[in-house]
Amino acid sequence: MNAPVETKKKLRVATTSLAGCFGCHMSFLDIDERLFPLLDLIEFDRSPLTDIKHCGPCDIGIVEGGICNAENVHVLREFRRNCKILIAIGACAVTGGLPAQRNHLDLGDCLSEVYLTEGGLEHGLIPNDPELPLPLDKVHPLHEVVKVDYFIPGCPPSADAIWKFLTDLIAGRTPKLGHGLIKYD
Amino acid sequence: MSETAIFLLDGEEVPFEPGQTVIQAALSAGRYIPHLCYHPEFKPHGSCKVCTVKVNGRTAASCTLPAQAGLDVESDTEEINELRRTLVQMLFAEGNHFCPSCEKSGNCTLQALGYDLGVMTAGFRHFFPDRPVDASHPDILLDFNRCILCELCVRASCEVDDKCVFALSGRGLSKHLVVNAESGLLADTDIALTDKAMEVCPVGVILKKRVGFAQPIGRRRYDPDPISAQALRDAPRPPTGAGHCAACEVEE
Repeated sequence: MNAPVETKKKLRVATTSLAGCFGCHMSFLDIDERLFPLLDLIEFDRSPLTDIKHCGPCDIGIVEGGICNAENVHVLREFRRNCKILIAIGACAVTGGLPAQRNHLDLGDCLSEVYLTEGGLEHGLIPNDPELPLPLDKVHPLHEVVKVDYFIPGCPPSADAIWKFLTDLIAGRTPKLGHGLIKYD
Repeated sequence: MSETAIFLLDGEEVPFEPGQTVIQAALSAGRYIPHLCYHPEFKPHGSCKVCTVKVNGRTAASCTLPAQAGLDVESDTEEINELRRTLVQMLFAEGNHFCPSCEKSGNCTLQALGYDLGVMTAGFRHFFPDRPVDASHPDILLDFNRCILCELCVRASCEVDDKCVFALSGRGLSKHLVVNAESGLLADTDIALTDKAMEVCPVGVILKKRVGFAQPIGRRRYDPDPISAQALRDAPRPPTGAGHCAACEVEE
């Protein structure tokens, strides 16, 4: 038999940041030189790293950030439609996180406070360009909008946690973080 | 009955003294049962149910269950741990537990339990309740967003401090922690920084002002070892160490 290893297909991975700060993506890049062995196993589809604008059929989708506006909902659904496995990464994707701290406030009050009543904004205007996605009344974690297969908590999760999780998953093991890697802060 | 004072915990023999509960006997014997509202210095409350075990086929809170000879107790099983995970998830979904901005992070019992049980998400729809903080007191901050209604502060303030500064009000979903003053504000009570009630909060509700993050993240109580290891190290926990609080002890 000839070596079948050569033909092993790389897993296709898409990533995006919704109502997040890209901190989880930065932490992902913090796996540093381990990116090289990882790139033997995966290739990127839509991601800030490739600048591909829309997600095609993928094995794994990794989504950072919660859902705070209409565009976030569309992107998340595109990921869910195309990815066999969807992973919520970071506090915002898992719990709503920092953006969700506005959830006990009225959205109109928030916008007025930022764009109208703040000092020096007497000619202020709430942005209404049709290109801007409409904010949602409340910020939601991903699992309140689509089915999410795995969660990696943390703000951000450490590079070691991301590495452990992805290598477990790619090897076909149930990902398990354990003490020191599972963090909510 | 002349039976030996021994019960079975996950198939292993655990000796007990008369009057001990199942969790007291287990911890004394070096066997960990996850728990949250149980505190060795106070009468068991039995409200959080995290210490639930299966006894002779029925579930019971091990903090209120008297140890008896011949009990067959199951604790560290996938079935029971899954129930515990769900309880912890519900507590996270019910309040506003934003760990990244919480001064208690790393010292928090609820968080440490979540880590140890492998809770990766609250899973349920988050309530995002509106619970304004009480910053009226010059030295103490009350952040009700994190309250899990364990009543440890209520018990400590009444039983040890003899002040009854805190109480629970309302029932069911509207149950919440209140401050026992006509204004409802902490500034109008006689709470003091040295009170027992200041030490017992397992989460980040009752906080001393102006010490925020003096102890860096990464060097906090549950950073070196998981809560299961630490609870055993502390056991058996005699009630002699006045002022000693396992939940909020600062290391070094």
